[in-house]
Amino acid sequence: MTTTTTEAHAWQQAVFDALKAGGVRQIAYVPDAGHSYAIRQAQQDPDITDVVLTTEEEGVAVVSGAWLGGQRAALLMQSSGVGNCVNMFSLLRSCNFPFLTLVTMRGEYAEFNPWQGPMGKTTQQALELMGITVLRASNPEEVGEIVSAAADSAFLAGEQVAVLLSQTLIGRKKWERN
Amino acid sequence: MSTTLNASGAVDRRAFVSQLIAASPDALIVSGLGSPSYDVFAAGDRDQNFYLWGAMGGAVALGLGLALAQPDRPVLVITGDGEQLMGVGTLGTVGAKQPRNLTIVVLDNGHFGETGMQRSHTSLGTDLVAVAQGFGIKDAFAVREAGRAGEVAERVMARRGVAFAQVFIKPDEPPRALPPRDGVYVKNRFRAALGFSTF
Repeated sequence: MTTTTTEAHAWQQAVFDALKAGGVRQIAYVPDAGHSYAIRQAQQDPDITDVVLTTEEEGVAVVSGAWLGGQRAALLMQSSGVGNCVNMFSLLRSCNFPFLTLVTMRGEYAEFNPWQGPMGKTTQQALELMGITVLRASNPEEVGEIVSAAADSAFLAGEQVAVLLSQTLIGRKKWERN
Repeated sequence: MSTTLNASGAVDRRAFVSQLIAASPDALIVSGLGSPSYDVFAAGDRDQNFYLWGAMGGAVALGLGLALAQPDRPVLVITGDGEQLMGVGTLGTVGAKQPRNLTIVVLDNGHFGETGMQRSHTSLGTDLVAVAQGFGIKDAFAVREAGRAGEVAERVMARRGVAFAQVFIKPDEPPRALPPRDGVYVKNRFRAALGFSTF
C-alpha cells in the first residue's frame, strides 16, 4: 500500500481539527512524523500550548496537571513511547484523570526496523493492562470521527482513552535519502 | 569537591516547608511522593494541595501542566531529590516553556529516605542547581539556611519567572503525617477550589 501526500495530509488535518473541536488547550508530545501536522498547528495556534517532552511519561503528568487546572489536554506519541509511560499511567487510575492519547504505530506493517517490533506489537496490550480503553483508526476517512469520539469519552465521561493510528495510514517509511 | 554537594544539610524540612507555605498563601501546591507530601500535609491541609503518593518522577511535569493552565496563579512544586532525579528531563521541558508562575523546591537530603536512606545521586556527584541551569532554568539556586524560606516564597508569589531552589535539609525522618491517599477525592477537591466541576 502506498499513501499519497494528499491523503496523509487529510487525515493528519482531521486529527488536529478533532482536537481543536474537542476543546484541547495543551498538546504534549514526543514527535513522530505522523504527528507533524498537529504539532505544527499547535505551535501556531494562540489558543493551544504545545509542550515538547523529553520522554512520554512526562506527558501523562503534564496532561493530568492541565486537567487539575481546568484545561483539556492530549498526549501525542509513537508506539515506542507507550512502554515508557507504564508506571506513570497509575496516576490516571489512582485519580481517575480524563486522558486522551494519540499513538502513531510502528512495528506492525511493512516495518523495516526490527527494533520497533517488540513494543509496537504489544502497545495495545500494554495500554489495556493499565486500564486504558483502546480505539484504532486504520482508514484515512475514519480518523477524524474516531479521535472526536475518543475526546468525548475522555472529557465528557472522564475515561482514559488511546487512539492507535495504524501504520497503514502513515505508509512505508523511505529509508533512502535522496 | 563541589560546594553544592550534599555533605550535611542543615535545614529543618518541616520548619522550612511550613514557613514557605505560610508565606505563599495563593500557591497551588503539588507535592512529590514520600516525605515531601508528609511535610506539605504537616504544614496544614489545604484544598489547593495536590499530594502525590506515587507517579515517581511526575511531580514537576504535573506542576507544569497546572502552571500552563493557570497562568494567573502561582504554582509551587515541593519534591525530594530522588523524585526529581527520576524525572530530571522534565527540567528541560520546563526550561523550554519558561512558565513564569512555576517554582520548584527540591528538599534534598542526599538520600532515598522512604526506602532505607540509601545515598542518592546528589550525595554521589550530581549538582542539581547546575543541572537545572543547564536545562535553561537560570534562576536556580541552593538554600542552606532555614531563614531563606521567605525569599523563596517571594519568588513564588511574584510569578516573574520559573525558579528552582535546592534546599539542603537534615537527613532525618520527622514523624509521618499522612495526607489523604484517595487521589480522586484530592483531585476533585482541588478542582472545586478553582471553580471546576468533576468532569
